[in-house]
Amino acid sequence: MKKLTVFLASTAAALALAGTAANAERATDGDLKILFWQAVSTLNPYLSGGTKEIYSSSLTIEPLARYDQTGTLTPWLVTEIPTVDNGGVAKDMTSITWKLKPGVKWSDGTPFTAEDVIFTWQYCTAPDGGCAQKAQYEGVKSVEALDPTTVKVTFTEPKYYPYSAFVGAQSPIIQKAQFKDCVGAKAPGCTSANFGPIGTGPFVVKEFKPNDVVTYVANPNYRDAAKPAFASVTLKGGGDAPSAARAVLETGEFDYAWNMQVEPEVLATMIAKGKGKIETAFGTQVERINLNWFNPDPALGDKRSTKEAGPHPALKDPAVRKALSMAIDREVIDEVGYGEAGKPTCNIVPAPDIYISTTNDWCLKQDIDGANKLLDEAGWKKGSDGIRAKDGVKLSFLYQTSTNSVRQGTQALVKDWWQQIGVASELRNVAASVFFGGDPASPDTFQKFYADVEMYTNNFDGTDPEKYLAEWLCDKIPSPANGWQGQNIPRYCNPDYDKIVAELAKTGDLAKRAELAKKANDMLTAEGAHIPLIHRGQPSAISNTLAGVNMNAWDSELWNAADWSRKK
Amino acid sequence: MFNYTLRRLLFAIPTLLVISFIIFALLDLAPNDPTGELPLTIPPEVREQIRASLGLDQPFFIRYLLWMQQFFINEPLNLLEKMTGWQIGDGSRMRILSWATRSPVVDLIVERLPQTLWVVGLSYLLAVIISIPIGVISAYKQYSIFDQIGTFVSMVGFSVPTFFTGVVLIVIFSSWLQWFPSVYDTNHQVTDFASLMFQIKQMALPVIVLTLYNTSQIARFVRASMLDNLNQDYVRTARAKGVKENIILLVHVLRNSLIPVVTVIALGVPTIFSGAIITEQIFRVNGLGQLLITAIQGADIPLVQTLTFIFAVLIVLFNLIADVLYGILDPRIRYD
Repeated sequence: MKKLTVFLASTAAALALAGTAANAERATDGDLKILFWQAVSTLNPYLSGGTKEIYSSSLTIEPLARYDQTGTLTPWLVTEIPTVDNGGVAKDMTSITWKLKPGVKWSDGTPFTAEDVIFTWQYCTAPDGGCAQKAQYEGVKSVEALDPTTVKVTFTEPKYYPYSAFVGAQSPIIQKAQFKDCVGAKAPGCTSANFGPIGTGPFVVKEFKPNDVVTYVANPNYRDAAKPAFASVTLKGGGDAPSAARAVLETGEFDYAWNMQVEPEVLATMIAKGKGKIETAFGTQVERINLNWFNPDPALGDKRSTKEAGPHPALKDPAVRKALSMAIDREVIDEVGYGEAGKPTCNIVPAPDIYISTTNDWCLKQDIDGANKLLDEAGWKKGSDGIRAKDGVKLSFLYQTSTNSVRQGTQALVKDWWQQIGVASELRNVAASVFFGGDPASPDTFQKFYADVEMYTNNFDGTDPEKYLAEWLCDKIPSPANGWQGQNIPRYCNPDYDKIVAELAKTGDLAKRAELAKKANDMLTAEGAHIPLIHRGQPSAISNTLAGVNMNAWDSELWNAADWSRKK
Repeated sequence: MFNYTLRRLLFAIPTLLVISFIIFALLDLAPNDPTGELPLTIPPEVREQIRASLGLDQPFFIRYLLWMQQFFINEPLNLLEKMTGWQIGDGSRMRILSWATRSPVVDLIVERLPQTLWVVGLSYLLAVIISIPIGVISAYKQYSIFDQIGTFVSMVGFSVPTFFTGVVLIVIFSSWLQWFPSVYDTNHQVTDFASLMFQIKQMALPVIVLTLYNTSQIARFVRASMLDNLNQDYVRTARAKGVKENIILLVHVLRNSLIPVVTVIALGVPTIFSGAIITEQIFRVNGLGQLLITAIQGADIPLVQTLTFIFAVLIVLFNLIADVLYGILDPRIRYD
């Protein structure tokens, strides 16, 4: 009887498959034209780490599992997501076992096996390779093949969130046969492999002109015989965001344009032409103003913004930190600079849903009077110039950010609101490649933080905030001793916070993890490590003739390009 | 003349060495970093390893000497091998690798040359062809309606920046009239008449923008130079002798007026190779100009260094060519 049901089920499945195959056929919809205004430099994401390289390579190489548009982990090259319940993850959380889908082939027709998965780990962790995604393989002790379709990943210590290696667009599997002579220091020399990785994905690289254009054709060995619908993909690069939006929304020359950071009113006039639309996916990006907890006074020389400089004379007062946040009208910042691509937030962990806290939502409403009252009560008196001061310390701040028209607009708005509560600010912007460059010799990096407050966006990969929340630990404060490396940019330090994060790393239960993450998130905002402003989305322009796009902020935006098709 | 040329060429060597050192030092002192454009989710220790894998942990002089070896020895040898098919040594020389693409810089430049030469070069050629007659007529009929209009258009073309004219043309001809594409297809290959028409169409807008700009410049120069000569004594003598007006204009005056113009045109040739950064960006022509600007933004130092040095070589070379041409065209000037 059981055999019969299996038989029936498989016939039904075969019929269903045949049914879809009749509707859609591979490579019948012509050329898909995608525009990335930041041009793609290489197609090996392990050698670049840039978002554009991760997205463009995701059309050819794929991870074992990826996140769908809701942030749910979805099996991709495996049969199921391993969990403790189905035995895929060891009870002590020290290993995870992936079962590969049988019959998957590389685009050159050779079988995809556990050896390729093991090789990918060896490739990225090889010394002198400079692998940009090494953090994905952190804590991995060994990767071994139990049989050709089973891979066991063992961790050095219990890992309560084991889905990092081989998960998501940052960690795709590359072919051992193609890259075996390109390990470590030899990696950059393999230009033809880096420019045309063989993959399991829906498309194969046909031609690549670095920093210009990539041409792909449909993969003849793709595991779904009916996909992809498009015969080829042209991924053009160059120019700027507004002209890329115009090419999709106004002239209709392109089907899809990525990263449409364009002023809302400019986009609105383009959308009015009726050729396309903007869709936004919200991930975990938050635009925030970091407050410097150490004294950045230039008179302190090399000591400024370090522990030796002592606490910030004005920002050490919790009343000042809170008043600065109360004075800001996040709705207005959103409307002017972000439109559909942003929403006001008071959290540093703004998503996924289970981590969203509402504790600090008082900040969503601007309260100038309240902020003034708070400062009055704390003893900050307005002087003749309208600037508050106490014990000879003036509330006058240097406010820096990277050069970007939206950021400069936000700076001007915030400066005005702070003026209204008696806080003066001097605005400054630094070129992004310098600000985020991390050169220890430069005084203008965001890590050195030679300013009182600074604004930028940060986020975390995937859906788990554990590693992200660990950035605010006391020992992650940048200092000359660690070459200004360290992600605790506000220089926040609270032993109670460290305890919560340590507990999070030892908790396996998802509900409990969410509770701890919320507690940590609330603590950061309430204590004023930073002022969260806008939960930023990823807006992309999509032509009205394109079907099947499912905007995804948790993985590559092109994650389901196999399902894209031309509307008839 | 030959001695002079040889002397100048020898002088160029130390000049270029000093230039290469200055470029390298300036780039090294610049505070941007190749990992600056990466997402912040990549932790600092991984960034440090990326920098080390690029060779950034080496001291300044070692990196400079390495670049010199790669540029002056390895790359020419490699080029020679490719052109002749010979094998020199074991063939495994370190080539100059771009940091962003991790591929040989020279290959990138070779790949970009065609579109830059086509678009920027063609616009320069057109500008020369158009501007000389405009300059001649403007000067001959000074203060006429033609001269007034010519002056006005030149002023507009010269003072309105290309990022404005480019966008205006896109809005009119691509968005509104839909005559020309706004994005240049670098993969397009001319095989038949239809594809040639497409190539002309996609080149039209960027070429118009650059031609307008270059024409304005050269036409003003031709006009000024013509005016200088029209008032010379030899013109009066020729007229007194009864030489026909068009022979005076086109043989006597034009030939003498072109001497400084040829110099200016020769000096402008290197700018064809350095591309037109803004116009290339607007129309996504993705030639050498776009390559340079993305390399600068991404702190891709080997690529910026090599490109700027090649530009420096071209500028030094065309300065020499201009000087030599001057000597050939004008018998009054002798260098020896």
